[in-house]
Amino acid sequence: MPSVVFTGNLKRHIECPTEQVTAKTVRDSLFKVFENNKKLKDYVLDDQDRLRQHVLVLVDGIAINDRVTLSDPVCADSEVYVLQALSGG
Amino acid sequence: MNTEALIATRKGLFKLDKHSKLELIAFEGVPVSMILASRHYDTWYAALDHGHFGVKLHRSDDAGESWKEVSAPAYPKAEEGASLELIWSLQYASDGNPLSLWAGTIPGGLFYSADGGENWSLNESLWSLKREQKWFGGGYDNPGIHSICVDPDNNNYLTLGISVAGVYVSTDGGDNWQNKSSGMRAEYMPPDKQFDSVGQDPHKLMVAPSDGNRLWAQHHNGIFISSDGSGSWSEVKDVKPSVFGFALAVHPHNADTAWFVPAVKDECRVPVDGKMVVTRTRDGGLTFETLDSGLPQNSYDLVYRHGLDIDHSGEKLIMGSTTGNAWLSRDQGDNWLLLSNYLPPVYAVKFL
Repeated sequence: MPSVVFTGNLKRHIECPTEQVTAKTVRDSLFKVFENNKKLKDYVLDDQDRLRQHVLVLVDGIAINDRVTLSDPVCADSEVYVLQALSGG
Repeated sequence: MNTEALIATRKGLFKLDKHSKLELIAFEGVPVSMILASRHYDTWYAALDHGHFGVKLHRSDDAGESWKEVSAPAYPKAEEGASLELIWSLQYASDGNPLSLWAGTIPGGLFYSADGGENWSLNESLWSLKREQKWFGGGYDNPGIHSICVDPDNNNYLTLGISVAGVYVSTDGGDNWQNKSSGMRAEYMPPDKQFDSVGQDPHKLMVAPSDGNRLWAQHHNGIFISSDGSGSWSEVKDVKPSVFGFALAVHPHNADTAWFVPAVKDECRVPVDGKMVVTRTRDGGLTFETLDSGLPQNSYDLVYRHGLDIDHSGEKLIMGSTTGNAWLSRDQGDNWLLLSNYLPPVYAVKFL
């Protein structure tokens, strides 16, 4: 089962443990997690369910191509890693 | 309860207590774009701008002792639909019910919540005007609602300040809206468009608490006053050292008395000659005094539109700057006490 991992920086604001999900795309993976954690969705996706501008999603270490509908495929043993783009303070 | 005022900054929410002591009370390291609090209610709100992770709204039900995340307004799903960029204004919507709430946002939507921010609805009639009238951004990429005035005697009478669109009034609780910017002048527009009602950029708008017919606006290129409930506006000219600025405070019991914090002009947002001052009129804009006692005279401070507030007595003023300085005046601005040189950039201040 793919696992969905969230950056530690996000854990500072909201509970988001690593989860194993049954999914074939990035969208499915994330929405499986969001089913039980609706507020988390608003930290990762914008009002139109697009990936937030300054959030990155890597699948097995490679940034996804489709930030709008999140259609990039995931494999059974994939790691979907959600992190923030880096910026100054 | 010893909170005198709240200060929302780029790196957290601070409290000023009755002994003029400052203390961080929540959201350390997180930008707090707006705060709503009242001495009449224990229900307060703080809008956060997480940057990477979006805009959030938190509510306290115990006067700031503890906070919990509620829902931020969200734009309806649509093809090329909008997404919330900033909560720029918050206002209690009906007297006696602190769970009834207006939120003004960038990119220009007004939202209403009847349940303390658990659920929100976009004001569709105003949103459709935004598209029809081609509102545009001023300072930000997209337009925004920064001022929400609710008539204390008739909560259905609403007045908004929108950058960049102008002054909007609804007399029916938000079902219908009219642009009420007649007489405002937009220096930045082509000559034949300068007096168009849509395209005005009030930086901050206030209806005088003691007289609903008296409105004040610190506009992008000047100060404007209305004495007929925003039916018409007059420009207040020749105010020294400058008519440019963002912040505005109006005396709670005297509609002729107001304060402004001038800067050089739009492309040079620093105090004139480095001298930080507050200007005050007591006669409806006919004359102004320049107040500088206790303020730095070699300064780059700018006070944002929500960075100045007056208390319910009309005696105390609080002011915070982008440089992270904050001051308190107990005598209507005659003298200013430095509260801190070391705050993060200040976005909003609010007396209890």
